[in-house]
Amino acid sequence: MSSILNFTGTLLKNLVSKPITKNYPEEPAVYPERTRGRIVIDIDQCISCGLCVRNCPPRCITVDKNEGTWTINRFDCIACGYCASKCPKKCLKLIPGYQKPGRSKAAVTYRKSEEVMEAERQKAAEMAARKAAALKAANEKKAAAAPAPAAKAAAPAPAENAAAPTPAAKAAVPAQTVSAAPANAAPAAAVPEEKQ
Amino acid sequence: MGNISVVPFGPQHPVLPEPIHLDLVLEDEKVIEAVPSIGFVHRGLESLIVKKDYNEMVYVAERTCGICSFGHGMGYVEAVEKIMGVQIPDRARYLRTIWMELSRMHSHLLWLGLLADAFGYESLFYHCWRIREQILDMIEESTGGRVIFSVNKVGGVMKDMDAQMLGRFVEKLGDVEDQITGIRKNFLGDKTVQMRLRGVGVLTKQQAHDLGCAGPFGRASGIATDMRTRGYGAYSELEFEPIISNDGDSYARCQCRIDELFQSIDLIRQAASAIPAGDLFVPVKGNPDGEYFMRIEQPRGEAVYYVKGTGKPYLNRLRIRTPTFANLPGLCETLKGADYADVPILVLTIDPCISCTER
Repeated sequence: MSSILNFTGTLLKNLVSKPITKNYPEEPAVYPERTRGRIVIDIDQCISCGLCVRNCPPRCITVDKNEGTWTINRFDCIACGYCASKCPKKCLKLIPGYQKPGRSKAAVTYRKSEEVMEAERQKAAEMAARKAAALKAANEKKAAAAPAPAAKAAAPAPAENAAAPTPAAKAAVPAQTVSAAPANAAPAAAVPEEKQ
Repeated sequence: MGNISVVPFGPQHPVLPEPIHLDLVLEDEKVIEAVPSIGFVHRGLESLIVKKDYNEMVYVAERTCGICSFGHGMGYVEAVEKIMGVQIPDRARYLRTIWMELSRMHSHLLWLGLLADAFGYESLFYHCWRIREQILDMIEESTGGRVIFSVNKVGGVMKDMDAQMLGRFVEKLGDVEDQITGIRKNFLGDKTVQMRLRGVGVLTKQQAHDLGCAGPFGRASGIATDMRTRGYGAYSELEFEPIISNDGDSYARCQCRIDELFQSIDLIRQAASAIPAGDLFVPVKGNPDGEYFMRIEQPRGEAVYYVKGTGKPYLNRLRIRTPTFANLPGLCETLKGADYADVPILVLTIDPCISCTER
């Protein structure tokens, strides 16, 4: 008899104890700190490097550097956290709380604030200016450095040029005729042979 | 000679969590033959290997199965590490082992619940899943996901369990152990349960060996194969013996799995006390060039991962042989001669994971 009453203790305990389940959603769920719920971005820290785009297994992230936007399709996201582990600025983070269901696979776009964009544009302009200045300086330096070797090169060059034409021209003319002649001759010689 | 009829079983059936179809040839109430057909949930995970690089593929490999997800990730990652000759830190090996055992516990508790449901003991089913919930909470607290862990990466693991967390888990596992001792009595000592399980679907050791049965299904028939004894992860430094039974019936399969729960708790305790300090991962450079067969012990049995790379970030081939695939011939053998009313229980006793099988 005892062998079929094993569960009775548990049953009686269950009868008098409170339910172990939560009355979700009236009672909100408590997630542990590490729960991989959804990706959030601190968009103003983002440098639009695109590493998250290249390292997203379902390819649900797009980044537009010129517009300063970061777009995620949360319905394709698998919340693996690989993008967050690759982010050089650590501006991507997985936080608890799951994506709510929706009627369509809508993507969410985050746009950098105007100040950050302005600062970036200024920085880019500065960089471009500095690059241009560096290029100009390098060109000038080259130009300044060039005359000396150029002069050196220029001095023997005319002599060479002056000396060269005759043998070069001499060599070129027979070379052309020689190379042309066998080319024409060979098939001409081959064809009669075949015919014979 | 009785009346012969064919009864389709599945792909949609209350006892089946996932779709498999069996054509049961019945003579009166006895099954004389079972013809399985699979292919209802094929997803083509293996072919994704040419589209995702080998680091991203970890997350795809994990999604092979919803229950043994950690094992699939671990098997794939260890295969890639072996090809690349990466020696992962000891701490990472131990952490992987602890997570693997937690995953085994939640899988076995899920199975015990389903079995209880299959023989019509619904309150025991709820009770098993209530115990399982505590394991899931531990997994969520340590990895951030309840079923998809996403902590593996080529070269180590991404998350740590500090001493405080491990201590809390070990303490909680003590409670879980008491509760499992309780359900052990319900499953193995209850007369009504024994009447449904004892002598049902007997598979002899020779049959199990010939049909290549894996995991608890094979061990219940007396085949002492446990891939953990090969010593991947930190298993080589932990003490355990494969749990086997010689009866080969449904009762033995249930017993093996319940005892493996205690074994898992013991392994977690050992690993938690011996876990060394150190890094979580080593940086990995280059691409895998070569091939490797990785065999690991999943909750359902031996799983095989074949990975082939050619020195490019995109691998050439990934092949996963899952334990359920190995156990299907064994299932068809046990079904022969069984009562029609026992078919749901027998299908469950191999712990079928069909999505795993079809990848």
